[in-house]
Amino acid sequence: MSIKRKDFLGLYNTDREEIVSILNTAESMKEIFTRTVKKVPTLRGKTIVNLFFEPSTRTKSSFSLAAKRLSADVMSVSKKMSSVQKGESLLDTAKTMEAMGADVVVVRHGSPGAVEFLAEQLSARVLNAGDGAHAHPTQALLDLYTIKENLGQIKGLKILIVGDITHSRVARSNIWGLNHLGAEVRVVGPNTLLPVEIEKMGVEKYTDLDQALSDVDVINILRIQLERQKSGLFPSINEYIKFYGFHEERLMQVDDEVLIMHPGPMNRGIEIDSEVADGKQSVITEQVTNGVAVRMALLYLLAGGNPEDAEIT
Amino acid sequence: MTLNSEKRTVLKAEGIQRILRRMAHEIIENNEGTEQLVLIGIRTRGVPLARRLIAMIKEFEGTEVPLGILDITLYRDDLSTIGEQPVVHKTEIPFDITGKKVILIDDVIYTGRTVRSALDALVDFGRPDKIKLAVLIDRGHRELPIRTDFVGKKVSTSQNELITVFLEETDGEDKVFIEENNY
Repeated sequence: MSIKRKDFLGLYNTDREEIVSILNTAESMKEIFTRTVKKVPTLRGKTIVNLFFEPSTRTKSSFSLAAKRLSADVMSVSKKMSSVQKGESLLDTAKTMEAMGADVVVVRHGSPGAVEFLAEQLSARVLNAGDGAHAHPTQALLDLYTIKENLGQIKGLKILIVGDITHSRVARSNIWGLNHLGAEVRVVGPNTLLPVEIEKMGVEKYTDLDQALSDVDVINILRIQLERQKSGLFPSINEYIKFYGFHEERLMQVDDEVLIMHPGPMNRGIEIDSEVADGKQSVITEQVTNGVAVRMALLYLLAGGNPEDAEIT
Repeated sequence: MTLNSEKRTVLKAEGIQRILRRMAHEIIENNEGTEQLVLIGIRTRGVPLARRLIAMIKEFEGTEVPLGILDITLYRDDLSTIGEQPVVHKTEIPFDITGKKVILIDDVIYTGRTVRSALDALVDFGRPDKIKLAVLIDRGHRELPIRTDFVGKKVSTSQNELITVFLEETDGEDKVFIEENNY
């Protein structure tokens, strides 16, 4: 089974079967990491371009590694090192990459909708690696994969997402994906960082962490975007740590089996303490490993076939 | 299948079982025992065949040789031409194949392209001492210079015929049959 569209923009327009197919394929891909030669010839002759208009360590290197392990040719263009600095537009930059023969363009951009715009304009397949506060589907997929691998299933689990929900594409994408697979999603954070009417996305909203923690199976701790403090969305870092930071004592409140996740990059000592981040319950490094497998699955399902055969987004 | 397709049975359950017992003996004889021997079944139907051969080898020699499972999807040479991406299943080779005598097992050999993919995949796992090929049915029409080492039955077919192997484990019954491809 392939993904039945030209582009992969977000879990909001991906159906349950497609998500399950990506996760199953990722499981097969992960086996490749255990081999002597960690590479398969599947995407030989395909060209994949990483077009990153925002800084990124893990997503960009994860996509590059995923493409390389499938034997595709990979190019990476970042904002700082490109003609974007000379004023070239997003579309022109992308078209230039397409003219060089890119089959898939992986895009990260600060503005929500920028990736969708490119998808409409390009005949190459476009994959969303994060657009503003909108969507980050591969992060959500790797989170789903990690939960499923550790807990066996997703249906019926209680998943808590902690922190700045308003500005988080990770939160949004996770909510879409988890809801598709039948989990019960809760969000918790200061009221100023929770979107109005977030309940309409199918989540339970909490401002009290202790209440939110009751009975959870997974805690996904988001990064506090320190720049938000300047805009007055929360009074002080110390206050945030006091009410929402995860330290060892907080962890005593929950079951030993509860998974601790964080999409990275972490602010150690703020939203998460080192004892928690590096503790027994943490699957943060597994998330990174699984990210490569999930992106391999997606590139395989998307880049192997013929884009002309795909239905338009 | 369409109404006008005629099915011709080539093998039934007892026939398949008899052939597999012979092949198990041949594998042991050729290898002079079970030393360094491993069986790797190609998904889908090479896997139950490998399991049966392993059980028979154990019956004859008293030792259980390791089983590997190989999915060749990521090594196919037609991925850019076929419309939909085939499902990738998991490969499971829970041992080092370096220095081993590998018997690769599949149900039918036809063009040889599956075996080509399997050979490419296997060398990514290590450097076996030898790789040999065992198939239940050889139907001819090779498109690559690939030969078999252990053959259950040679069946001459024309290229517009389909040969199908059904196995208890995957299809509910043991049967090999030919039908006209009326597309």
